[in-house]
Amino acid sequence: MTNEVILLDFWPSMFGMRTRIALREKGVEFEYREEDLRNKSPLLLQMNPIHKKIPVLIHNGKPVNESIIQVQYIDEVWSHKSPILPSDPYQRAQARFWADFIDKKMYDAQRKVWATKGEEQETGKKDFIEILKTLESELGDKPYFAGDDFGYVDIALIGFSTWFPAYEKFGNFSVEQECPKLTAWVKKCLQRESVAKSLPEPEKVTEFVSMLRTKFVAE
Amino acid sequence: IAQENTYTQTQRTENQTGLTGKMNQEEQVQVLGLWGSPFSKRVEMVLQLKGIPYEYIEEDVYGNKSPMLLKYNPIHKKVPVLVHNGRSIAESLVIVEYIEDTWKTGPTILPQDPYERAMARFWAKYVDEKVMVAMGKAFWGPESEREKERKEAYEGLISLEKEIGDKRFFGGETIGIVDIAADFIGYWLGIVQEVSGVTIMTAEEFPNLKRWSEDFVGNNIIKEVLPPKQKLAALFKTPFRSAATSG
Repeated sequence: MTNEVILLDFWPSMFGMRTRIALREKGVEFEYREEDLRNKSPLLLQMNPIHKKIPVLIHNGKPVNESIIQVQYIDEVWSHKSPILPSDPYQRAQARFWADFIDKKMYDAQRKVWATKGEEQETGKKDFIEILKTLESELGDKPYFAGDDFGYVDIALIGFSTWFPAYEKFGNFSVEQECPKLTAWVKKCLQRESVAKSLPEPEKVTEFVSMLRTKFVAE
Repeated sequence: IAQENTYTQTQRTENQTGLTGKMNQEEQVQVLGLWGSPFSKRVEMVLQLKGIPYEYIEEDVYGNKSPMLLKYNPIHKKVPVLVHNGRSIAESLVIVEYIEDTWKTGPTILPQDPYERAMARFWAKYVDEKVMVAMGKAFWGPESEREKERKEAYEGLISLEKEIGDKRFFGGETIGIVDIAADFIGYWLGIVQEVSGVTIMTAEEFPNLKRWSEDFVGNNIIKEVLPPKQKLAALFKTPFRSAATSG
């Protein structure tokens, strides 16, 4: 059976990064297609009619949507190597809990840091730093969130790190100062080939965010 | 979903499947919940569908959150929480997947095929994040936003109407994770619409969902878990404070 895998994605998306990493962890060959979000392709609209968003994973013509669902799907289909979720049900539940936490909290909070100003931004920044600290506390002294092995929560979070310099620039704070352990974890993850190949240069992301910011904030 | 909790005493009840007697110390399952919460009930539904005995503990989430709740869900401080052999899991759909992973007897809530599983997770997430959030705000959110949220909820229901189509349940022949996630739509929604006078889902516009909700609520096990209609109606008549039940 042929395994045709296409990923519809947008290069700075921290969600798309998750799926890229998962595919690479498993050694799956895939075709990466860049989407112009201002001009979405007919394929994207056909494969994700409900949300019309990236990333969209198309496996042998069938779409899987939502990055966190894609990562689980990839783990289950290519189960022969590099497990992403732990095998123990309790550890799996913890991993799912933290990925859910990231999904529920990170996106909205980080958005306030670069897309707003004044008091809204200050509150957003405080919330965001608190969320980072909660995650750092969960990481503790472990190399990765699940312990010794790189996995699900690391994959869920690491893409946001490419946006950190942008948050620092517009929010006027230092992630390293606030969360040294998390910063060390980022560096460790970047040493992994699947991650290094899947993440864009933070400088490019910052440029992109600067451009976006002008649309939201009158300086 | 914001609710007033009128039950301030902690109640300990035997599990409702009728299995009494001492629980095996090795297999101690507790649910910290709220009697009227659809999120809390999701967990109880799955436990009972699978015939897993558990101890139910009613939490006074609006009054005094118990030390047990604060210990077992320090991050969100919400119900439901499942405690299994002293270890806790929070977030109703995470708990449902945990139950599925842990107890291998009884009916399955997720399909076996990875693609079907991904579809089930997608729709469960859709119910939770799009439909439930919009409904909560449509009925209980700031007045100025209710109309907008009603439209969101309505759109969500249209997608679900299409998704269920002719199937008996979202899970196919048997109840699955999407049905469980959609419990509010299957039962609570009708009562809230009656009490508030605001209708989002009519039988005429949503015949599939109407039929599904009857089958869902009519299921022998589900109907025993659902909170009594009169109690819920009384609850919805009172004004709400902020949600203390989690997704």
